[in-house]
Amino acid sequence: MSFFNWEWVARNWTTILERTWEHIFLTAVAVAVGTLIAMGLAVVAVRRRRWYGPITSVTNILYTIPSLALFAFLVPFTGLSTLTSEIGLVGYTLLIIVRNTVAGVDGVSPGVREAADGMGFTPARRFWKAEFPLALPVIMAGIRIAAVTTVGLVTITSILGQGGLGYLILAGMRSFFWTQIIIGTVGSVILAVVIDVFLLRVERLLTPWSRRVAR
Amino acid sequence: MEDSSPDGQSMISLREVSKTYGDSSSPAVASLTLEVLRGEIVALVGPSGCGKTTVLKMINRLVEPTSGDIEVNGSSIRAGEPHLLRREIGYVIQQVGLFPHWTVRRNIGTVPELLGWPAERISERTRELARLVGLEESMLDRYPAALSGGQQQRVGVARALAADPPVLLMDEPFGAVDPIIRHRLQDELLDLQKRLRKTIVFVTHDIEEAIRLGDRIVILNVGGVLEQEGAPAEILSRPANRFVEDFIGSERNLQRLALRTVAELRLKWGPVVEVSTTPRAARQAARREGTDWVGLLSDGLLTGWIPVSELGGAASLLQMRPRPFGMTIGRSFSLRQAVDALVASRHEMAVVTEDGHYCGLVDFRMVSEALGSGRATEDGR
Repeated sequence: MSFFNWEWVARNWTTILERTWEHIFLTAVAVAVGTLIAMGLAVVAVRRRRWYGPITSVTNILYTIPSLALFAFLVPFTGLSTLTSEIGLVGYTLLIIVRNTVAGVDGVSPGVREAADGMGFTPARRFWKAEFPLALPVIMAGIRIAAVTTVGLVTITSILGQGGLGYLILAGMRSFFWTQIIIGTVGSVILAVVIDVFLLRVERLLTPWSRRVAR
Repeated sequence: MEDSSPDGQSMISLREVSKTYGDSSSPAVASLTLEVLRGEIVALVGPSGCGKTTVLKMINRLVEPTSGDIEVNGSSIRAGEPHLLRREIGYVIQQVGLFPHWTVRRNIGTVPELLGWPAERISERTRELARLVGLEESMLDRYPAALSGGQQQRVGVARALAADPPVLLMDEPFGAVDPIIRHRLQDELLDLQKRLRKTIVFVTHDIEEAIRLGDRIVILNVGGVLEQEGAPAEILSRPANRFVEDFIGSERNLQRLALRTVAELRLKWGPVVEVSTTPRAARQAARREGTDWVGLLSDGLLTGWIPVSELGGAASLLQMRPRPFGMTIGRSFSLRQAVDALVASRHEMAVVTEDGHYCGLVDFRMVSEALGSGRATEDGR
């Protein structure tokens, strides 16, 4: 009974919801901005192959920096702000999305590419009308991984005072109040699963052609 | 040589065209000069590494020649932008290359869409093309993955024809489908060509395919060296050199069969009777022909055959249930196909019909006589 306090949950229901919304917001912004930047980088990497190496190196380095250290490093410049958390969060999404986008485009069958050229597509048209849509399943897989990772990382941004479910975990740790820790943890796990399923749905919607053909 | 009819004019001309790839020391194509006339099918054939695909791709500028010039329809292909040139030239490849994320309908309409046709005209043209290549309209709204290999290649051909280009380039288009489907697709292409009169350059490594489809055959050797060009019959009867002889191969007699058609034969009637005659008359027909079966017709339409042994007690042929002939051929079939049908038939006869109407029979003797040498088919027969 002392381990999990249902009464506290009932009393603080609105706070929990509020924290959850903050969490979703921080994640959504990071994934959206990360996707945009990553796409831009991927387009450059696909068009100009020699940029692929440098782009992956840089995003790889960003990915390997411990998140706590990165936030600590940014605070003197951008303060304890949403901007600080988002810079960090966005940075962690880039590698996966860039790599999957390039891999997805590379995976388009040479026959399709040759046919597009042979029909008289311009290179830009070939990319946007054929290569990019055909790479979508792999790109979406990357975005899903990035989103799930971001949900986890957002719990850490609570040290910057940006709210989210991490705030509950942090508060629970300070007061050794298990209920708060559990709600924060379980909540963020559930959120990760829900976002993953949601993005899977989006992927299905965007790529109706890739569904297995019913006979 | 010059022909004043539109079909005799040059449609594609290559003048001393060479291609050397990047760092390669030897050319893929060395100084090739070639004329393709309006309305003809030219088959480029040769072993791998002979540069036949390179020649094809230079015509629509997927590959740029190192030297020489190419004209299509009277103007140099270098006059404009490559992507604009390509919209005027149909292109069919072995991997088909349909866009998996587009429906069959949209795939067929690819080039009209690029050319900015109004939606209504594209939709009309798409349906017309589906009919032309023998695709059911219900398939138009499927994705390519739901189609068989043969159907996909039909869509590939329809897509290439969509904007009605005068020139069609085909790079081993039927190389990835099984032999039976390949045969059918070849027949369909010939049939289409009778109606459309396109100028077609067809690349293949299969000499038999080249013979079946080509009005003219161009045999290339490694390095894009032209060994011989000419009508199929000419190449088969007078190979220019040892290379061509070897390439045509030991199947030469069978290749010659591919050139002749059933229509050239005087078919024999055989033990075939109308169902309205008596079982007795049917038995007599079988005895006369020395067979143990009779074929039945109903108003000239072939319904099947029955064994003589079953004729004994029957009062009327009308009540009998004829067995279908496994394989029938048409007058337009090659003698090669006739031999295939002969071999497959249990009666050692190939049955010729046109639209279901019985025309007659072909046997081995008739085929060998037509070739003028009894050695062309199996000698023992």
